[in-house]
Amino acid sequence: MFNTLQDLMLHNKSVTYVLMGLVLICFIGFWRFLTGREERNRRY
Amino acid sequence: MKRRHFLGLLGAAGVTLSTGVSAKAASSADVKGLPNSFGVLFDASRCIGCRKCEAACNVVNELPQPAKPFDDLTVLDTVRRTDAKSYTIVNKYTPEAGKPPVFRKIQCNHCMEPACASACFVSAFKKSETGAVVYDASVCVGCRYCMVACPFGIPTYEYNKVLTPRVMKCTMCQPRILEGKLPGCVEACPKEALVFGKRRELLNIAWDRIGANAGRYVEHVYGEREMGGTNWLTIAPKPSFAAIGMDENLGTTSAPELTSGALAAVPAVAGIWPVLLTGLYAISKRKEKIAEAEKQEAVEQAIAKTSAEAAEKLAAELAKAEAASKRHTEAEVKKALEAAAKAPEGGEDA
Amino acid sequence: MSTQETKNGSLFTPFNIIAGIILAAGLVVTIMRFTMGLGSVTNLSDNNPWGIWIGFDLLCGVALAAGGYTTSAACYIFGFKRFHGAVRPAILTAFLGYALVVFALHFDVGRPWRLVYPIFYQQGTTSILFEVGLCVFIYLTVLFLEYLPAFMEWKGGFDKYRGILVKLTMGLTIFGVILSTLHQSSLGALYLIAPSKLHPLWYTPYLPVMFFMSSMFAGLSMVICEGTLSHKYFHHKMDDEYNAGYLDLQFAFAKASAWIMAGYLAMKVLGLGMDNRWHYLFTGFGAWWLFEVVGFVVLPCYCYAVGFRDRNVGLVRIAAPWTVIGIMLNRFDVSLIAFNWQLPSADRYFPSVGEIIISLFVVTVGVLAFRFIVTRMPIFFVHPAYKDSSH
Repeated sequence: MFNTLQDLMLHNKSVTYVLMGLVLICFIGFWRFLTGREERNRRY
Repeated sequence: MKRRHFLGLLGAAGVTLSTGVSAKAASSADVKGLPNSFGVLFDASRCIGCRKCEAACNVVNELPQPAKPFDDLTVLDTVRRTDAKSYTIVNKYTPEAGKPPVFRKIQCNHCMEPACASACFVSAFKKSETGAVVYDASVCVGCRYCMVACPFGIPTYEYNKVLTPRVMKCTMCQPRILEGKLPGCVEACPKEALVFGKRRELLNIAWDRIGANAGRYVEHVYGEREMGGTNWLTIAPKPSFAAIGMDENLGTTSAPELTSGALAAVPAVAGIWPVLLTGLYAISKRKEKIAEAEKQEAVEQAIAKTSAEAAEKLAAELAKAEAASKRHTEAEVKKALEAAAKAPEGGEDA
Repeated sequence: MSTQETKNGSLFTPFNIIAGIILAAGLVVTIMRFTMGLGSVTNLSDNNPWGIWIGFDLLCGVALAAGGYTTSAACYIFGFKRFHGAVRPAILTAFLGYALVVFALHFDVGRPWRLVYPIFYQQGTTSILFEVGLCVFIYLTVLFLEYLPAFMEWKGGFDKYRGILVKLTMGLTIFGVILSTLHQSSLGALYLIAPSKLHPLWYTPYLPVMFFMSSMFAGLSMVICEGTLSHKYFHHKMDDEYNAGYLDLQFAFAKASAWIMAGYLAMKVLGLGMDNRWHYLFTGFGAWWLFEVVGFVVLPCYCYAVGFRDRNVGLVRIAAPWTVIGIMLNRFDVSLIAFNWQLPSADRYFPSVGEIIISLFVVTVGVLAFRFIVTRMPIFFVHPAYKDSSH
C-alpha cells in the first residue's frame, strides 16, 4: 500500500481536502433545504 | 415495513460491514516501510579528513569548482555547513585535547520519513524506493520551508540565481545506484569509512563493529531511530556524537508525526464551524426576536394603560360636566319657577 | 493630508514626500531583487531561510488583518448591529492586508511565477504551508467579494451584481471565520515541524491555538487603532451612522480583547506546565519571554480592562497599539528571535537594508491604497443612493 507515513498522509490528506470542499457545499445546500420555507428575514 | 424493523436491519447491516470486511481506511499499520532500501554507513573513527569524497561528489554531480581546491586541508580549520555548491563537506572536531581529531562527513541523511517531503507544499521531495530522498526542481517554488523543516540543516539554496534558483542537497547519487554503481563519495573513500548497502544490513554491520571493538565506539548507531530513522547511519568513537557536532536531542518523532495533529484539526474546523457559527447566529437572532417581542408587548401594555387612564379621565370629566349641566339646568328651572311664582300678582290681563 | 491637499492643491505634503521616497527606494530594490537575485538584497542564508519578509510581512500582516473576520463576525453572527458602520473599514483593511501579504510573497519566494503551483499543479497536502496558501488564496477572494459592493456603489451601474453580493454577506462572513481560523492557526503550526530549532519557551504543541487566539485580539486592537487614526485624518468622510457606533465599538472591542487575552495567558501558563518548561524562565531567553508576555500581553490586557471598567477611552486607545506591538513582538520571536536560538551569534540573522526597504514599501503601498479608497468610496459613509439597502 504505502511505503512511508509521508506517502500515506499525502494520500489521506489529499482525499480529505477534496471532501472538505464537498462538505462545505453540501452544508449550503442542506441549509437552504432546511430553512427554505421560513419567513424571509431582512438580511441587511 | 415497520420503522423499528427497518432500523434493526440497518443496524445489523452496519455491524456486518464493520466486522466482516477489512477496514479500507488506511492507518499507520498500512505503512510497509522500505525494508530493502539502501543506505550508507559512515564510521567517524576511520575518516582521515582527506576530502576525496567531497571531490568525487563535485565531479559526479557536475558542481562548480569551489574557491579552495579539495586537497587544501586548511579548509578543515573552520567548521562549515553544506552550501549551494557543496552537497557534502567534511568537518574536523577535537573532542579531547591532545588526542587526534575526529572527522565527520556531512550530507543529506535521507530520512525514512523526510521532514523536507512533509513540509513541501508542492511535493517536490520524494522518498524513493532506493531510499534516496530526491528533489524535483521542476515544481519547486522556492519557498524554502524545507530548509526550515530539516532538523539536520542540510538543504541549501541558490540565492544568487534569479530565474532558476534551486534547493541543493545530496541525492545519494540516485542515477548511479539505479545503475548498480556506488555513490561517488563511497567509491572515492580510501579508508572504507563509507559503506553502501541495504540499511538493515548496515545496521547489523554497525552493531557488530561496535561489539567487536569494546569501548571504542559510542554504543549507539546515529540514525537508527533519530527523527523516525534515517538511511544514512553514523557510528562514532567515544566520547560522544555531540563532540563531533551531531545533535543528540532530536528525539525519535518524525516530521509527519509532529504535524499530524495540526493537520487533523483542519477538517474538524471545516466540519464543525459551520454548524457552530450558524448556531450562534440563530441564537443571537432568536434573542433579538424575543427582545423585539418583549419590547412590543411593553409598548402595547403602556399604550393600553395610558388609553385606559385617558378613558377613565374622560369619563370622569364627562360625568362632572353632566352633573354641572344638571345643576345648572335645575338652577335655571328653579329661577324660572320663582319668577313665575312672582308674576301672577300683577299680570292677569297682560 | 487630504484636507491639506485640497487647501493648497499641492501634492507635496510631508506624508506624501516620505511615501514617495519609500516608493522610489522600493522600486530600486525591486529591480535589484529581480535582476540580481535574493542574495543581492537580503541577509537570507542557508541557516536562516526565512527573514522579515516572512516574519513581518506574512506573519504580522496576516495577524493584524484579522480585524476583518472579527468585526464582521461580531456584527453579523453575534448580532452587534450597532457596529455595522465599522465592518466596511475593517474588511477593507483586511483585504488590503492580505493582498499585500501575497504581494510581499512575490519578493520572498525564489520563483514567484510558480506561486499557483501548489494549488493548481501539484498539491503537497501534508504541508501546513499548503493549507496556509490555499486558505489565504480563498480568503483573499472572499474579502474581495465583501469589499466589492463599496466599489460598485462608487462606480454605479452594477446594482444587480451588488444585490447578489449583499445577499451573500452571511455566508461569506461564516466562510471567512472558518478560513481565518484555519490559516491563523496554521501559521503557528508551521513551526511544529522544527522543535529542535525553536526555543522551548515558544515551542509548544499549542502553537496553532496561540496564534489563533492572539489573532483575535490582534484584529480587534487593529480595528481600534485604525478607527482612532481614521477619525483623525478622514473625519470629513464619516457619517452619523459610523460616528454613532464608534465609541461603543472601541469599548466593546476593549472588553472582548481583555477577555481573550486572559484566555491566551491561561494557555501560555498551561503550555509551560504541560511540557514542564518552568526552569527556562530563569534563563536569558526566559527574561525575554517574560518581557514579551508580561510587558506586552498582561499589561495591555489590564489596561484594556481598566479602560473598559472605568469607561476611559484614553486607556483603550493606549492599550490597542500596545497590543499590536505585542503581537508583532510575538511573531518576531517565533520566527526570528527564538528561532535558531542555538546557533552561534555569528550565524544569526538580522534584516538587510533591502529587506527593510521592501517591507516599508509594501506597508506604504497599503496605506496609500487605503487612503485612495476611503476618500472616494463609501467606506466610512453610506452612499446616498443605497441608503435603504446598505449592508
